[in-house]
Amino acid sequence: MNARGVVLAGVGGQGVVLASAVLAEAALQSGYEVKQSEVHGMAQRGGAVVSHIRYGEAVASPVVPLSSADVLAGFEWAEALRWMPYLRPGGALVVDARRIVPPGACRDHRRWGVPYPPLDPTTIAGRTGEVLLIDATGIASELGNAKAANSVVMGAVSRFLDLSDAAWEKAIARFVPPRTVDLNIEAFHAGQGADTLDPADIPELGLDPLPERHYHIDVNEEWCKDCGICPSICPEFCLALDDAHRLVVVDEEACTGCRLCEVLCPDFAIRITAPVEARGGAR
Amino acid sequence: MTTLAIETRERALLSGNEAIARGAWEAGVRVASAYPGTPSTETLQALVHYDGVDARWATNEKVAVDVALGASLGGARALAVMKHVGLNVAADTFMTAAYTGVGAGFVIMVADDPGMHSSQNEQDTRLYARMGLVPLLEPSDSQEAKDFTKLGFEVSERFDTPVLLRSTTRISHNRGIVTLEERQDVPVGGFRPNPAKYVMLPAYARGRHPVVLERLQRLVEYAAELVTEEGSDSKVGIVTAGVPYQYVKEVLPDARILKLGMTFPIPVDRVRSFAATVDKLIVVEELEPFVEETLRAAGIDVEGKAYFPRTGELSPDLVHDGLAALGLVEPRSTGPEPPTTVVRPPLLCAGCPHTVPYWSLKRIGATVTGDIGCYTLAALEPLATMDTCVSMGASIGMATGLAASGGSDKPVVATIGDSTFLHGGVPALMDAVYNQANITVVILDNGTVAMTGGQEHPGTGRTLAGQETRAVDLPALCRAIGVEDLHVVDPYDVSATLRAIEQAMAYRGPSVVITYRPCIEAPVRIKDRPFWVDAEACTACQLCMNLGCPAIFWTSETFEGRRKVTIDVDMCTGCTLCAQLCPPRAILPVEVDA
Ligand SMILES: Cc1ncc(C[n+]2csc(CCOP(=O)(O)OP(=O)(O)O)c2C)c(N)n1
Ligand code: SF4
Ligand code: SF4
Ligand code: SF4
Ligand code: SF4
Repeated sequence: MNARGVVLAGVGGQGVVLASAVLAEAALQSGYEVKQSEVHGMAQRGGAVVSHIRYGEAVASPVVPLSSADVLAGFEWAEALRWMPYLRPGGALVVDARRIVPPGACRDHRRWGVPYPPLDPTTIAGRTGEVLLIDATGIASELGNAKAANSVVMGAVSRFLDLSDAAWEKAIARFVPPRTVDLNIEAFHAGQGADTLDPADIPELGLDPLPERHYHIDVNEEWCKDCGICPSICPEFCLALDDAHRLVVVDEEACTGCRLCEVLCPDFAIRITAPVEARGGAR
Repeated sequence: MTTLAIETRERALLSGNEAIARGAWEAGVRVASAYPGTPSTETLQALVHYDGVDARWATNEKVAVDVALGASLGGARALAVMKHVGLNVAADTFMTAAYTGVGAGFVIMVADDPGMHSSQNEQDTRLYARMGLVPLLEPSDSQEAKDFTKLGFEVSERFDTPVLLRSTTRISHNRGIVTLEERQDVPVGGFRPNPAKYVMLPAYARGRHPVVLERLQRLVEYAAELVTEEGSDSKVGIVTAGVPYQYVKEVLPDARILKLGMTFPIPVDRVRSFAATVDKLIVVEELEPFVEETLRAAGIDVEGKAYFPRTGELSPDLVHDGLAALGLVEPRSTGPEPPTTVVRPPLLCAGCPHTVPYWSLKRIGATVTGDIGCYTLAALEPLATMDTCVSMGASIGMATGLAASGGSDKPVVATIGDSTFLHGGVPALMDAVYNQANITVVILDNGTVAMTGGQEHPGTGRTLAGQETRAVDLPALCRAIGVEDLHVVDPYDVSATLRAIEQAMAYRGPSVVITYRPCIEAPVRIKDRPFWVDAEACTACQLCMNLGCPAIFWTSETFEGRRKVTIDVDMCTGCTLCAQLCPPRAILPVEVDA
């Protein structure tokens, strides 16, 4: 048998590393040669985490070559997409319908929309064999602990691999915290039987871009006494005191029109004016 | 990591780091010293679980090598562990330890990080082996990682030399099956004074240099014993070592391969006779053309970097491309364009105590020299308040130089973590005081080495083995150095932190602000009462959002064309920072159920 390749992908804290230790152990229990490779480090800080597991009679490379994974498991939709190039044509995709929008995506203060890819399996049509879109987090929550979602995903993954339930159960018992062994084994079996969801049933995020607006920061220099209140509060760091301790507008482009400066100025020296077309908008 | 507990089965799945720890234990190692650094850190964290080994964290890598060398001279097998850049710090002792030789076996494990998954550069440790004239072993999987560690101790004693064991991220963090063996009992030999060997006065050192060169000749012969040859009788021969060997085997299982176990010194004559059996000789190696250039300098016709990249990590795919260009395999079929997805950069944690010091510096305006640690993430949006980051401890000296240059139109502030400060910042602070640099140093004391996973250090009051010990008193240390303007502040108090930094920056001369608050991840995970956002009250001003807390997200609701925010109660650690800032007081603690 050629070495089998599985790629597990998710976000720091989702239990990807634990799940990959379980799979590697299950393969070891089944008498195979195993290699498992992950990159952590910066991933601990909420970044992407990926782990490669390969097993078979003999395994050389510890990482799965591109276009050769038999199964790609995404613990989260955007991460599944990120590692798609590793899936072989006809390989199985298992994905939790969970979406974790990276907080950094919430900072485009010009367009107010996040670039999170739509949860739409048709966007990857033709690249995969079977696609299992499952509500792993929901299933695990119903069993009593959302954290067991990784075991639900692995249950679904097991459908595409040739490892016995006994090997999986032994491996789970070896790696999950002792008190949660039963729960995780239950979650694993729930994953084995999980139904695939209809993407149409999954609500949209509602975080598409909004119309752009630009603002003008109007400082009445005669009234401003350079007290420093507005530069200490402006969320976008548009205002500053210069070397001579005079208030200056340093970044009008970044102004979002929150009007904190206008509201807090004790001398009514700042006015924020929106372009005419935007003023009529929702207030 | 959940798998650091020691394995008891005969065949176990071990990471390269765990396998090296196991190998050191089996070899009877008694003293091990390290400074944490990805991807090497777990080695000592695994070793400390074994009996009969005194495993400890050092203040920095130089101290680690000093400690291990001392133990070796005392007759105990000793191990020092570090990441690649750590050897720069330890280079001074390393270079001369090559002259002193050892007492008992002395192995220095160095983990390189090709591709810079978690490093500031991708230097190649093999070049240090050549500079120090010290043998270097290069394992290609977990089993070899264990075997070569044991071998390293033997080579060290047989040839009276320190031995480098070079791992890479793909060895250290790859788990593979390892056969476990028993520990050898190697008694402590005892210290035998020998000034001509251990006191490197010029007169004595002159006597040692020829010894090193003679030893090298014998090592070249020995290196030939660690060569394995395999494969069909192809016209192309491939010389390789380490993880690239596995990639070659993956792409071309029957390739004609000469695998080196020792990549310094290279058994050139052995390679020459291999070369004579093929029409074309290729080297597949990661990073520098180290083997390739050595062979070429010896007059062997060889190619390598013409086909394989010199930067970044190799992969089965890149090796495939190179072998395809050589006509040895069919080119691989490239799949369709990857689908677009969202970028997911690492972030400071929700409630990270490093947040407010940087947020304050952004408000005040400063040229900020940075250092290495979790806080380096403050260089990224939304804090984006770091102008330099070069090497451990460099922030303070660089700030001194920047201030001396007169080239910064803003005040100069150095920011440095507690472990980094103790590692390499203290001499630079002394320099700043001695030369009266007009800078402010912010010491971000979170009571741990957070970046590498939360290790102890001399400032935490606890050892690697978990024992209580004396903790460095940072304010007292600064005062002893001669710092007169010293502030200690809680970075969870936004206005106090802002004020302390402002005051310190106003002081003419060297000033220090110590922000003290434990990391929320280590040594214990801190989770206080979380906060929520009253959407009715939120004016979508984005003040909270610009802290960069990863628990704060946008919602579909808007106010005046801006998105309102929400807090993920599972992620929120209850640090109160956002609530302290929120102008309409829309951020409230979650009521605890009665
Ligand atoms: C010479 C060297 N040794 C080790 C490392 C690995 N490393 C990166 S940051 C860091 C320490 C960070 O600790 P600290 O300064 O306390 O900051 P924290 O991460 O806790 O915020 C270490 C050990 C390195 N980059 N360079
Ligand atoms: S309106 Fe808000 S974003 Fe614009 S300058 Fe004033 S405080 Fe800053
Ligand atoms: S691990 Fe600690 S120091 Fe690092 S980002 Fe998280 S809270 Fe901050
Ligand atoms: S209190 Fe606010 S800033 Fe602190 S962790 Fe919670 S959401 Fe983040
Ligand atoms: S600081 Fe308060 S008002 Fe401003 S966006 Fe955050 S929750 Fe809303």
